[in-house]
Amino acid sequence: MTTSSVSPTASSASTPGTGLGEISLQPPAWSRVTRRLFGHRGLAIGLIVVGLAILIAIFAPLLAPHDPYHQDIANRMVPPVWHDEGSWEHVLGTDKLGRDTLSRLLFGTRISLTIGLVVALISGVIGTTLGVLAGYFGGRVDAVISYIITTRLAMPVVLVALALASLTGGSLTTVILLLGLLLWDRFAVVSRSVTQQVRDAEYVFAARTLGCSLPYILLREVLPNIAGSLIVVMTLEMAHAILLEATLSFLGMGVQPPLPSWGLMVAEGKAYMFFQPWVIAIPGIALFVLVLAINLLGDGLRDLNAPGGRN
Amino acid sequence: MPLLEVNNLRVDLPVEAGTLHAVRGIDFHVERGEMLCLVGESGCGKSMTSLALMGLLPRKARLTADRLQFDGIDLTMLSERRRSDLRGARMSMIFQEPMTALNPAYTLGNQLCEGLIRHRGVSRQEARERAIYLLERVGISAAKDRLNQYPHQLSGGLRQRVMIAMALMCEPDLIIADEPTTALDVTIQAQILRLLRELQQEFGTAVIFITHDLGVVARIADRVAVMYAGEVIESAPTPALYANPAHPYTRGLLSCIPAPGKTPPGSRLQAIPGVVPSLVGHVEGCAFRNRCPQAQPTCERTPPLMSLSGDHRARCHYADRPVPAPRPPETIS
Amino acid sequence: MNAQPITEVAESRPLPSDSASVSRAVTPALELCGLSKTFTLGGGLFKRGRTLGAVSNVSLRIPRGQVMGLVGESGCGKSTLAKMLLGLTTPSDGDVLVDGRPVRGADQKALARHIQPIFQDPYSSLNPRKRIAQIVGLPLRVHGIGTPREQAAHVAETLDVVGLPRRAAEQFPGQLSGGQRQRVAIARALVMRPDIVICDEPTSALDVSVQAQILNLLLDLKAEFGLTYLFISHDLAVVEHLVDRVAVMYLGRIVEEGTREQIFGSPRHPYTRALLDSALTPEPGLGVPDIGLGDATPDPSDPPAGCAFHPRCPKAQATCRQQRPRLEDIRGDNARVACHLA
Repeated sequence: MTTSSVSPTASSASTPGTGLGEISLQPPAWSRVTRRLFGHRGLAIGLIVVGLAILIAIFAPLLAPHDPYHQDIANRMVPPVWHDEGSWEHVLGTDKLGRDTLSRLLFGTRISLTIGLVVALISGVIGTTLGVLAGYFGGRVDAVISYIITTRLAMPVVLVALALASLTGGSLTTVILLLGLLLWDRFAVVSRSVTQQVRDAEYVFAARTLGCSLPYILLREVLPNIAGSLIVVMTLEMAHAILLEATLSFLGMGVQPPLPSWGLMVAEGKAYMFFQPWVIAIPGIALFVLVLAINLLGDGLRDLNAPGGRN
Repeated sequence: MPLLEVNNLRVDLPVEAGTLHAVRGIDFHVERGEMLCLVGESGCGKSMTSLALMGLLPRKARLTADRLQFDGIDLTMLSERRRSDLRGARMSMIFQEPMTALNPAYTLGNQLCEGLIRHRGVSRQEARERAIYLLERVGISAAKDRLNQYPHQLSGGLRQRVMIAMALMCEPDLIIADEPTTALDVTIQAQILRLLRELQQEFGTAVIFITHDLGVVARIADRVAVMYAGEVIESAPTPALYANPAHPYTRGLLSCIPAPGKTPPGSRLQAIPGVVPSLVGHVEGCAFRNRCPQAQPTCERTPPLMSLSGDHRARCHYADRPVPAPRPPETIS
Repeated sequence: MNAQPITEVAESRPLPSDSASVSRAVTPALELCGLSKTFTLGGGLFKRGRTLGAVSNVSLRIPRGQVMGLVGESGCGKSTLAKMLLGLTTPSDGDVLVDGRPVRGADQKALARHIQPIFQDPYSSLNPRKRIAQIVGLPLRVHGIGTPREQAAHVAETLDVVGLPRRAAEQFPGQLSGGQRQRVAIARALVMRPDIVICDEPTSALDVSVQAQILNLLLDLKAEFGLTYLFISHDLAVVEHLVDRVAVMYLGRIVEEGTREQIFGSPRHPYTRALLDSALTPEPGLGVPDIGLGDATPDPSDPPAGCAFHPRCPKAQATCRQQRPRLEDIRGDNARVACHLA
C-alpha cells in the first residue's frame, strides 16, 4: 500500500524537458536482469548449482574418469581419497561391485535432472490445463475440476506410486510417467487461482470484445501472465520429483540397477552404512545439494515474481 | 504553539534504480482543532507524509527532519514503544479502505474498545459505553447490537463511520485521514464528510485530511497545503487559495476540472501537459518547470518558499511578481 | 422503418406517438430495448441460487454523434449494462439495436466492428506482456484487416491520432504513464474505426491533471470521426461537461433520463437531485450539503418493493412503498422520469 502510492510515474527525473509524449528509457535490459538475478543471494546460489548440475549432466561422458558400469571386483569398496586407504584412481571410492562412485554420481545427475524436468513438464501440462480451465470458466467447470483436484489431493503419492510401480514393474519410464501423472495438483491449484485474477483483467475483456477465439485468449492473454507463478511451481515440483524418484528407487520400485540413480546408490550402500558410511553419504549429499539448490531457485524466482519485486 | 510542527521533513526510499525522494523537505504546521487538507496527485508524497507522521513508514524508508514536533514532543527521538502509545492515544488514523483497516476476525466492539482499554486503562464496561455513545454519534442505529457484528456485515459507508468512531475513541488531539471517502459513492461521501467535519468541530480535534479532490478540499478545509513532486508548493487558508492561487500548478489544477456554470460544456479543458517527474535520483530546480506554461530560465534554480499575504505561501520564483514577458526566441538559445 | 424490432415493453415505452415518429425519422446509432440481466447467486453444482436483477428493463436511444451519459452509484448496474452492449454477457431479456438492426445472434466480430470499449483502469486494460504495437494492432489481426505492413502503418497512424509518439509502439505498458496508457486503450478502441464507443469510467483512475487531457482527446476524436459515446461515470462535473443526454440509474433501472439541461438544470427525481447535491464543486465556503439520504444502501438481490429508492427518499409516501413508478415522459418534453411525485 505504502510503496505503491509513491511509485514513480514513467518519465525520468534526469530529463527535465520531459514533455507529453516523452517516454523514459529504462536502463539496458541485460544489466537489469543480472542485477535482479544476482541481487538475491539464494537465487544466485540456486542458479549456480543447478547450472553446474546441468553442465555436468551434459558433459558427464567427458568428465567421468571411468565407465560408470564397469565392474572391477579387485577394487571393491575402495574408500574416498581423503581416507587413509583412498587413492586418486577412485576419488570418491568404489561400490560393492567395484564401480567408480564419482563416475556413477556424475552420470546419476542425468537421471535426476531428466526425471525432474520431464515430470515437471508432464505434470505442468496436465495441472495447468485443468487449473486454467477451472479458473477461467468458473461455475460448473470449476466445480468438476475442483472435485478432481480434491480427489487427487486425498491420495498419498508415495503409496499410490509404490502400488502402481509394483504392478507395472519399476523402470525409468514408469517412474517418469507415474510421477508425471501424480504431481500435477500444485500446478492445478496455483494456475486456477492466478487465472481467476487474470480472467477479470480488462485486457481479457478487451480481447473477448474483439471476438478473439478462446484458445487465443487462454494462450496469448492469460498464459503469459500466469507463467511467472507456474515457473516457481515447476522448480518446486522438480525437486519434489527428484526426491520421490530417490525414494522409489531406494525401495526398489523405481529405477532398476545397474542405472546410476542416486536413490539406488543409497539403497545399494545401506548394508555398509555403519562401517563405510561414505557409500551412502556421498549420493545422499549430492541429492541434498541438488534439491536444496532447486528449492532456493524456486524461492528466489517467487520473490522476484512477487508484485513488490516488480518495480 | 501549534499542535504539530513539521520542518524540512524528508523521506527517502531505496528502490532498484536508486533512491526515491518521496518527500523532499516539506514544512507545515497544524493548529489545534483545525482541518488541514494535504492535496496532490498520486506520487506527490502526501501518503508518505501521513505515514511519516504516524511512524508507520516502511522499514527501509529513511526519515529526516529539522523539526517534527507534536505538542512539544520530538517525534524523531521517541522509542518505538512510546511512539506506539502516542499513536493510539493522541493521534489516530482513518484509512481509505475501511475493509482492510478493520480486522475481519474480531467484532466491532472488540476493535473499538481495544485501544481505549490499552491506552487509558479503563474497564471493558466503560469502554463499551463510550463505543456505543460514539457509534450513535456517527449515525449508526442500534449501536449496542452493532458491537457484536463483524466488519463484513456492514456496508462501505457504515464501515467508514465505524472507522471514524474508532479514531475518536481515545479523544485524540490529531486525526490523520488518508483519502477516507475516495472508495465511497458520491452520496455516501457527502454524508461522511459532513459527519467528519461536524464531529471535528464539536470535539475540537485537529485533522490532516489527505485527498486528491479539490472539490472536497474547498468544502471542508480550514487551510490547504498543495503538494507536488514531494514538496508543499503552496499553502494558504482555503478561501485565499481558491481566490488567488499563486503557484502555476495550483492554477492548473483548478482550471482543469470542469466547473459547472463556468466551463462551457464540450469546450476544451485546460489540461496540464506532460507527466509528474520521477523522484528517483537528485531533483534540481523547480520540479514543475517542465509542465509550467510560464517557465523561465530562472526556474532551473530551486525556488524559495515565498511568503505572500498573511499565511499564504508559495514555492515559485514568480509567486509575488509578474512573469517577465517572453523574450524573442533567438536570445533564449 | 416499420420492421423495427422493438417488442412492446410493458413499463417503459416512453415516447408518445408524435415524438416517437419524429425520432423514428432518424435511426439512433444505438438503441436499447427493455434490456435486462439477471444473475444467479450462490448456486452450486446441484443447487440453484437466488436471482439478482442487475439490470431491469432498460430502454435508451442514443442518436448518432451524440454522447449519452450514464450515472449512478456502484452496484447500480451500469457496468453490467456496458458488458451487455459489448457482448461480454448475454442479456436475459431485451434487445440491443445498432443502426436499427438487432445484434442478438450476430457474432462477436461483427459487433466488435461497431462497438468498442474504453475501460476504467489503464493499468488492467493493457496486457503487461505485450508491446503497444501488438495491443493496438490486435483488432486488425483478429479481424484479418490488411496485410501486416498495412496494419503497422494503420497502428502508427492511430497512435498519432491519440497523441502518442510513434516510438511508443515498441514499448511495454509498464513503461508508460497512466495517461499514456489510457491513450493506448483509446487507440485500440479506434483502430477499427467503430461507430460507437462505450467509455466505462475512462478517467476515474487518472490524476486530475491528466484527466483533462483525456477528456479533450475524447471530444476531439468524437468530432473527427463522428463517434457516438455511451459515457459511464460517477463524476457529475465531467458528465455535465461532456454529454448531450444523461440517464440516471438506480438499482438496475433508469430512474430519470433527459437532456443535459433538463437533468442538471431541473432534476425531477429525488435521487438525481441527491446526486447533484452531493457533487462537491470547488467552491469554498459552501460546506458539505445535507442531502438527506440515509445510507441504508439496498441489497440488489432483495430490492425494496414499490419504488426501489423509497427507503432513502426524504419525500417517500405510501404509494412509493407499494407501487413501482413507471419511467414516463410526463410533460411530453422528451424527458423521462420514474417517480410518483414528479
